Amino acid sequence: MAQLDRDRLIWMFTQMVRIREFEERVKRTFEEHPGVIRGHTHLADGVEASIVGSLSALRESDQVLTTYRCHGYPITLGTPTKALMAEIYGRADGICKGIGGSMHLTDVSRGFLGTSGIVGQGIPHAAGAAYAAQIRGDGDVVLSFFGDGASKQGSFHETLNIASLWKLPVVFVMENNGYNVVTQSHQEDANAAAGQDLSVKAAAYAMPGVTIDGGDPVTVHETVSAAVQRARAGEGPTLVESKIYRLSAHGNIIAPPGVPLHFPEHEAIEVFGDPEQYEAAKRGDPVPRFRGRLVNDGVLGPDDAERIAQEARDEMQEAVTFGLESPMPADDEALAYVWA
Amino acid sequence: MPRELPYIVAINEAIHLEMARDEDVLYFGQNMATTENEDFVKAFGKDRVRVTPISETAEIGLAVGAALAGKRPVVELYMAEFMLVAMDQVTNEGNRFRAMSGGQVTVPLVLKAGYGFAAGWAGQHTGVLTNLFMGVPGLKVAVPSTAADAKGLMATAIRDDNPVVYLHHYLLTLEHGDVPEGEHLVPFGEAAIRRSGGDVTIVATGWMVDRSLAAADTLAGEGIKAEIIDPRTVAPLDTKTILESVERTGRLVLVDQAPRHAAAATVIAGEVAEHGFSSLKAPIVQVTGRDATVPYSEPLEAYVIPDEERIAGAVRRVLGTSPVAA
Ligand SMILES: Cc1ncc(C[n+]2csc(CCOP(=O)(O)OP(=O)(O)O)c2C)c(N)n1
Repeated sequence: MAQLDRDRLIWMFTQMVRIREFEERVKRTFEEHPGVIRGHTHLADGVEASIVGSLSALRESDQVLTTYRCHGYPITLGTPTKALMAEIYGRADGICKGIGGSMHLTDVSRGFLGTSGIVGQGIPHAAGAAYAAQIRGDGDVVLSFFGDGASKQGSFHETLNIASLWKLPVVFVMENNGYNVVTQSHQEDANAAAGQDLSVKAAAYAMPGVTIDGGDPVTVHETVSAAVQRARAGEGPTLVESKIYRLSAHGNIIAPPGVPLHFPEHEAIEVFGDPEQYEAAKRGDPVPRFRGRLVNDGVLGPDDAERIAQEARDEMQEAVTFGLESPMPADDEALAYVWA
Repeated sequence: MPRELPYIVAINEAIHLEMARDEDVLYFGQNMATTENEDFVKAFGKDRVRVTPISETAEIGLAVGAALAGKRPVVELYMAEFMLVAMDQVTNEGNRFRAMSGGQVTVPLVLKAGYGFAAGWAGQHTGVLTNLFMGVPGLKVAVPSTAADAKGLMATAIRDDNPVVYLHHYLLTLEHGDVPEGEHLVPFGEAAIRRSGGDVTIVATGWMVDRSLAAADTLAGEGIKAEIIDPRTVAPLDTKTILESVERTGRLVLVDQAPRHAAAATVIAGEVAEHGFSSLKAPIVQVTGRDATVPYSEPLEAYVIPDEERIAGAVRRVLGTSPVAA
């Protein structure tokens, strides 16, 4: 924790709490306002430390691309949560004007270049943005976030090869929650089946690979910072395997139109295989874990922690209210952005 | 004997029956360990039922190789878009091998995927890709709209010696229908007449059949009798049944959830314009998805995808009973 000053640590904790509270409000919307959220949402509760630790390694002009599990990144990068919630509600004031929805958040003004709903396909986009940064020569770096499942796609292997070959300023952050929907890593990954960390895949492409505890934002911050510095210095990409727990189900249940979608805890237990494992996952919950550590180290008083939580709750209540009050987009907006 | 079954159960029943009948049939794909598939693992063992990584190119390429070696794989792909990751394997490998080998090999495989999930899935999960696959030489494309056809077309797909893209519509998943017990085969390339009527021919596939039937009910109240034809496979395409119907009705409305340029509707319009022009008493009208990525927000999604009113409006237009554009 040496290099991180108090303000920075508190900032990190605050972002983690904001993400958690945002996701809670997304969950609650399914019950409190049935039908307002449509389609599929993928929550990141359990991933907050990895998101915030990674993004805190960036400077403002750096850029980020992710998968569909994307709410936490723009929240941390400073996108107004009102605009994010309005997007998830399909409203005109949404960050993507209601056209993208939960899986397709984008905020170019904050370096969040977008997401892909197709597993693994955003990885080359990040390398492409890094190629552009390399040509600009301004030292900007791109972070690419994806799951462990995605590392089975050809796009992952093809991109790591080119990125390493061209020494692109990109950092690949694999957020390994041990699952691809319901399939567990050892069922679908040769390295995992052999008892290896998935970061060993980096060795095939002559780049450093490192596996870390993604539940600790400080470790994540330090690891990703080193990788970012390496990338900025023109030494090429790094593969970071950030090990995390997935506290919710993969996504909300697929229900026919009109049937409310929700995230019952038993479903998570089902997904985790057994209640004990789920209990362990909850004990590993990065948000209370980091709070405990900050309180313990005297960085945060118990009152500070509660104030931060209350501010996040207030902020997200405003986001929900704003989202619900924002109008639906006009029909022909559907065609407005098909062509540039 | 028919019984009521959901569309999705009917599909699984066909796969189950075919796996029991022919031990060369394999079933693999992602997340096959879920409860719905456990029955398959129990019944047929892990040699024939396997979980794969998220590796569509390898999954579909493996199916091609296994088919060349005498197996009949069914690949569970969940959503049609995931095939796009492996477009070469779907449209440029297995489908061409029989021709390129001068008839030496067959490539019997089924690529099973859902499509058309217009329920707020937005962007990259709602596509109707029938049009992408139907024009590919060597590939057959089945698009069941009823539970019985879901079963019968799957069984036929598995027995077919060609690669088949089997596209089940996500919004029909839980729709019930009468499904024959035991062996049930629906031939490829034979359209079904879902409703008879002499005033106008409507051709629709998948979920659009339901929407067209609903429109036909409304139109019946206005004294308009619509005939609804469901091609069931778009490759091969039964143009004969469509042409015969147009000969009777003189009017054609094509309903397709895919974007207008180009949909199965476009191909049918071309065939009828060329071979059935003299039967037509009015221009053909196409009611299709608009040329857009399906947006997330509900009103925008509804705007992009054909609905009952647009279909009914198109029918009134070809009948000259309404000047309103479709
Ligand atoms: C190419 C492709 N195949 C399958 C899917 C369906 N799918 C959506 S998320 C997912 C699991 C991905 O797991 P992982 O990459 O580990 O990310 P996680 O969701 O666990 O964060 C799958 C299989 C998809 N979206 N894209």
